[in-house]
Amino acid sequence: MDIHALQQIVHQTRDARRKQTIPKFSPADRDQLIHKYHPDYRATAYRPIRFGPNANDKTVVELAALLEGDSSIPENLDLTPQYTTDVLVVGGGGAGCAAALHAHASGARVILATKLRLGDSNSVMAQGGMQISVAPEDSPVTHFLDTLKGGHMQNDHELLKVMVEEGPSIAKWLIELGVLFDRQADGNLHVKKGGGSSKPRLLTCSDYTGLEIMRVLKDEVLNQKIQLLEFCAAVELLSDDNGQCSGAIFKDLDNQRHVIVAAKSVILATGGIGRLHIQGFPTSNHYGATGDGLCLSYRMGAQLDHIDTFQYHPSGAVYPEQLIGALVTEGIRSEGGHLVNAKGERFVNELDTRDVVSSSIIRECEEGRGIRTMSGRVGVWLDTPLLDAEHGPGTVEKHFPAMMMQFERFGIDISKDPVLIYPTLHYQNGGVKIDANSETNVKNLFVAGEASGGLHGRNRLMGNSLLDLMVFGKRSGLTAAARAVSMQQGKLTLNHLQRFRAEAKKHGSSSGVISPMILPAYTRKEPERTVTT
Amino acid sequence: MAQEDTNVIDQPEVLRHKMVTIEISGKKYEVPEGITVIKALWHTGQEVVRGAGCLGGFCGACATYYRTKDDPKVRTCLACQMAVEDGMSFTIMPPFPARKALYDIQSLKDPKQDLFNLYPEAPLCRNCNACTEACPQKIDVREGVWKAVFGDFKSVSEMFMDCVMCGMCTPVCIADIAPNLVALYVSRAQGAHFTEKPQGLDIRIKEIQEGRYHDEWKKVLGMNEQELADHCATVK
Repeated sequence: MDIHALQQIVHQTRDARRKQTIPKFSPADRDQLIHKYHPDYRATAYRPIRFGPNANDKTVVELAALLEGDSSIPENLDLTPQYTTDVLVVGGGGAGCAAALHAHASGARVILATKLRLGDSNSVMAQGGMQISVAPEDSPVTHFLDTLKGGHMQNDHELLKVMVEEGPSIAKWLIELGVLFDRQADGNLHVKKGGGSSKPRLLTCSDYTGLEIMRVLKDEVLNQKIQLLEFCAAVELLSDDNGQCSGAIFKDLDNQRHVIVAAKSVILATGGIGRLHIQGFPTSNHYGATGDGLCLSYRMGAQLDHIDTFQYHPSGAVYPEQLIGALVTEGIRSEGGHLVNAKGERFVNELDTRDVVSSSIIRECEEGRGIRTMSGRVGVWLDTPLLDAEHGPGTVEKHFPAMMMQFERFGIDISKDPVLIYPTLHYQNGGVKIDANSETNVKNLFVAGEASGGLHGRNRLMGNSLLDLMVFGKRSGLTAAARAVSMQQGKLTLNHLQRFRAEAKKHGSSSGVISPMILPAYTRKEPERTVTT
Repeated sequence: MAQEDTNVIDQPEVLRHKMVTIEISGKKYEVPEGITVIKALWHTGQEVVRGAGCLGGFCGACATYYRTKDDPKVRTCLACQMAVEDGMSFTIMPPFPARKALYDIQSLKDPKQDLFNLYPEAPLCRNCNACTEACPQKIDVREGVWKAVFGDFKSVSEMFMDCVMCGMCTPVCIADIAPNLVALYVSRAQGAHFTEKPQGLDIRIKEIQEGRYHDEWKKVLGMNEQELADHCATVK
């Protein structure tokens, strides 16, 4: 049967489903479901890290190998710096741009280095929105409680309080820079309800929230003439005699040369790990999401937090083949889209937290109620035409133009036909442990955004990432800039690397891989036959 | 697997792997049909550093010129969002040296007039429509440039919400306009200067500053683990 024939059941059952309400799971049922089906609980995918700050903590094998990996840098490398600055920001996504702009605005000299172009990041793809408690019936405390509940009560309270309280002033900053958030008729910010949230709290720019914010921030970085090092991948950090961070070594990807940057503080805003394809999952992440910041800080002695938990976004596309892993925004479910199995039944409250919804989709598929594509992938239906049926024709097109276009390119009209989805590797819940100023336990080494850990506990709530980037990008930038005024540039050494290598040797040497990975190895190595006819 | 035994609805698995001949920057290769243009590059053993970004159709890094078999029309696409087909020919475009004006968006006094100082070429559009035809996001770029010039900033900001800044509209412009950069300026000006200030937001910021939530915070942060879990459960 082709995909169209299989879809018919979704159309046939739509009216009956509209009358149904699916209750959320009780806490006990929810825990049972997650333990049985969530990929975080597949013991075979995990192993203990052998040495370093998180020795004996378990993480996925793909990441453990990189954390134990060796640096590409020889210890006799000439460390004479080509650049000297107050604040060195590594990463050009949301957190990196926010950090650079705030540090620059407080008068610090700033360099922003990124391994691809300024702005190439996951931030640019964020469709769902940004959680900020602006509605009268909402409050920062409620935002705090929702996030805590979503994070299985494991969130760092201090970080979380800072984030929810600074949210509204972040919205104001972005509006002043020209970000066009959706509005109500009275001019106030329009808010949507996100999965796992008790109140409507998502600020949106249709389904281009991340793109709109990043267009503006990138433009602002250029307008402020912040010095950029594009196509420069961080391959090692530098430390002074006291083990404090004092700069970084980059590899210029255009000419393969090393670039040494001396900095009073370094802010790693290097993002997540989707391109490691943990447990073989497809990913919604950008090309450079290879966990570079984790490896760099780990070698320097920085503690990681919650490094065993990852977010599998419930709705990654399964069909067409070209869109596999690409995100189908949660906004569809926020507006009432049903998840439907091969029997035409709903099986979960669509607005439950991401881990619960993902686990229930995996359950449906493992128990044989999934839909299989021609290429052998399995998924469940997301009933997108329901939105038009519910809120009037044109709703899908008006509210989700990005997604309409994405599928239209492959001849699929999502306002008429449902979309086949399966969980996709989306987000690294944990990361480098930070304090409320975004600093790690290594002095003058800051980590902001997805690369950091603690804030989101064991499951990030939808819409909290964009806010995380802006708040902790800002705090790291301001703290680093303020400190630069009264401090001297530290010496540039590789002492931390010597220590790390000695420890690796003690534990039977490193994992045998060189880290960071920089870019995923998608290029086919065996020669391809050129057509001669 | 349990799936095979109990699944009554699944259809049998059919794996297709038909090869097609394509041309990458003028050189012929065989690749599996239906993979994306960017995957075709990887498949043929090419390292991709420039020319790939988000891989999700949002960042504009992989803007590409392509032509399909027997079609004289050269079209544009995003390489991560386009499937290859037999006889297709494509080249990923390098970045184009467009001029971006520098401005302090907040201190602009008359943004609609300032447009002509920042982008003096904007009113020189000769209506050739090449920019619109070059847009992989199907934005009516030419119309947008005219609306910008006539001061209809609101429409421009709405029309260009889909813009991924790939810049494919720029090399084709015979008047040397960079329409995407003009639209970015116009959209930011619209947001910063011509959009109503949200009153509710200012109220919330003031409430936080004045410690309106102080007691609630004290209560919540003073709870032990169990009390906090019970309290969270009451939030619906």
